[in-house]
Amino acid sequence: MTADPKGVLTGEHYLDGDHAAAEGGLAAGCRFFAGYPITPSTEVAERIAARFPKVGGIFVQMEDELASMAAILGGSWAGAKSMTVTSGPGFSLMMENLGLGIMMEVPTVIVNVQRGGPSTGLPTLPGQADMMQARWGSHGDYELIAVSPSSPQEAFDYVIMAFNFSEKYRVPALVMMDECVGHMTEKVVIPRPEDIEITPRKAYTGPPDKYLPYLPDKDMIPWMTRAGGGTRFHTTGLTHDEKGYPVMNAECQEKCVHRLIDKIRTKADEIVVLDEEKVDGADVVVVSYGISSRVAVPAIEMARKEGIKVGSLKMITVWPFPENRIRALAKKVKAFVVPEINYGQMSLEVERCACGNAKTILVPHGGGWVHEAKDIYQAIKGGAK
Amino acid sequence: MTKQAMLTEDVPHPMDGLLRMDRIPHIWCPTCGLGTIVTAFAAALEKIEIPLDDVAVVSGIGCTGRVAGYIKVDSFHTTHGRAIPFATGLHLANPKLKVVVISGDGDLISIGGNHFIHAARRNVDITVVCVNNFIYAMTGGQVAPTTPLKANASTMPYGNFEKPFSIPFLADSCGAVYIARWTALHVRRLTTALTEALAKPGFSVVEVISPCSTLYSRRNRLGTGLDLMKFYHDNCVIKHGADTRELDIGFQEPITVGKFIDRERPTYIQSMNTWYGEVFGDEFKPYEGSIK
Repeated sequence: MTADPKGVLTGEHYLDGDHAAAEGGLAAGCRFFAGYPITPSTEVAERIAARFPKVGGIFVQMEDELASMAAILGGSWAGAKSMTVTSGPGFSLMMENLGLGIMMEVPTVIVNVQRGGPSTGLPTLPGQADMMQARWGSHGDYELIAVSPSSPQEAFDYVIMAFNFSEKYRVPALVMMDECVGHMTEKVVIPRPEDIEITPRKAYTGPPDKYLPYLPDKDMIPWMTRAGGGTRFHTTGLTHDEKGYPVMNAECQEKCVHRLIDKIRTKADEIVVLDEEKVDGADVVVVSYGISSRVAVPAIEMARKEGIKVGSLKMITVWPFPENRIRALAKKVKAFVVPEINYGQMSLEVERCACGNAKTILVPHGGGWVHEAKDIYQAIKGGAK
Repeated sequence: MTKQAMLTEDVPHPMDGLLRMDRIPHIWCPTCGLGTIVTAFAAALEKIEIPLDDVAVVSGIGCTGRVAGYIKVDSFHTTHGRAIPFATGLHLANPKLKVVVISGDGDLISIGGNHFIHAARRNVDITVVCVNNFIYAMTGGQVAPTTPLKANASTMPYGNFEKPFSIPFLADSCGAVYIARWTALHVRRLTTALTEALAKPGFSVVEVISPCSTLYSRRNRLGTGLDLMKFYHDNCVIKHGADTRELDIGFQEPITVGKFIDRERPTYIQSMNTWYGEVFGDEFKPYEGSIK
């Protein structure tokens, strides 16, 4: 299906990444938003608060991020496309209910405009140090989907992508932005609604009394109903059977949690979106995401001028990790160079998947600003040796 | 129907339609008040005019947190303390739903206390049933924000010296529009209160004092659940419209019960619609939900 025209501001705009992310939500059909102010993400909530009354949506500023995350799960169960936005400290507070969303299989979108951490860190300056928290921050085993935009245009596009993933796989989807992308202003082209592809909810249409909320389809994803839909279903954060009833034993745990993981893990190749450039025949591949992928561009150009064969692999989806692609490339290249605004997070995944077949060179940055291109260039040069 | 026929299994239970009979027996201890409270709630659901398909029950974590699993409506067993914001999301996204939070005192007033006061302040149109057994029971008898002074708990092994919250006073201070307190003994009055609360637009709160013989009573040597019910019988004072500042509960002291607050205040959505109507004029279409 295509986008509801009501929320789509078709045209060319000059927007920062935060405002573009808000427009992405509107275009994706988000009509319930619960959030709490936190720098550098607040502009997303502000724009939604201003826009929603005119498109029939409802915005509520909750008392904290615990409440925001819980509320969007409720909103989604009521049948509304729901989202929230936050940054590091708020992201930490959302972790428990992110897990509830994963366990209950609730489609919803969480935008994290990353800043420097740990703790209060650098509220107004960029970081990319929540990448592993996104993957592992909630307790227990799980898989989810995360995307990472590197421009306001991508913020718009990838919020829609995140909504579509969340509906298709019935999983919370994360948009891992950073302060630079959130606050940089560039041209954003918003397409016509009929040109925006929207994944509808996998709605249950069978007889209400036969509904089993966690009976998986062949694709491992159960059909979804909504509160007030007449099925009188139950759902819980406890380990549950196909009825959604709690069952406290290892057998049920295996069945319940293994499917939650497999419905993403076994489909990683169909989820993963990469933007590759001159990777074939390269000696070095720069693996990057978010703002760091833009800083890598001049570094790659500098290296190419010196005759170094360097390719670029920009991760548009960051979770699930493009494991198979990195494994295959590792057999062909000498080194991966991974610039990221942290002291080594996604680079650990690259290193794991490289299996020693290629070197992994981290280009770390503590946060507060982006890399100098020359630092990435030096790493490429080192990798090509 | 003969007595014999009533005992046979093929005779439907009058509450079959309201309870998830495939989950019975429930997990609660003998003499726990929750069975009675669920019965009163089910009876209230039968009385109200809202179709059951439009009712949603949300619980947090704890003994009372399990209520959502036994009531045959759309039901959500969420995380500790977060039933109210989850319910807020359900209600705001689809205001046609009648959303009820049923949870315990620890869940709603301690870990979820911030959500309780803000939902009351906003006057979100949900009903909160707070089952107060004076203790954290699921985890084994720790002190709660409602444990009376001097009462013993596993984390107050020499008796509680922390002043407890009075739930009706807290709810009143924050703007709840309907506030009542009953006990698991007052089945009919409780059912009436629940019926009124469900019909009341805005944030309504029904506190239900409930016996916990396994932990609260055992730790404090108060006898069986039956002894606690006798205590309620002999020591509850019905005082409708009582000043909520005078509703503290002391250890084994008389408990004031009744309907304390029943007032009018625009709900969150009413306030929003009225205000946006003024700001935007005819351009604004009053919000009736974001579900197509």
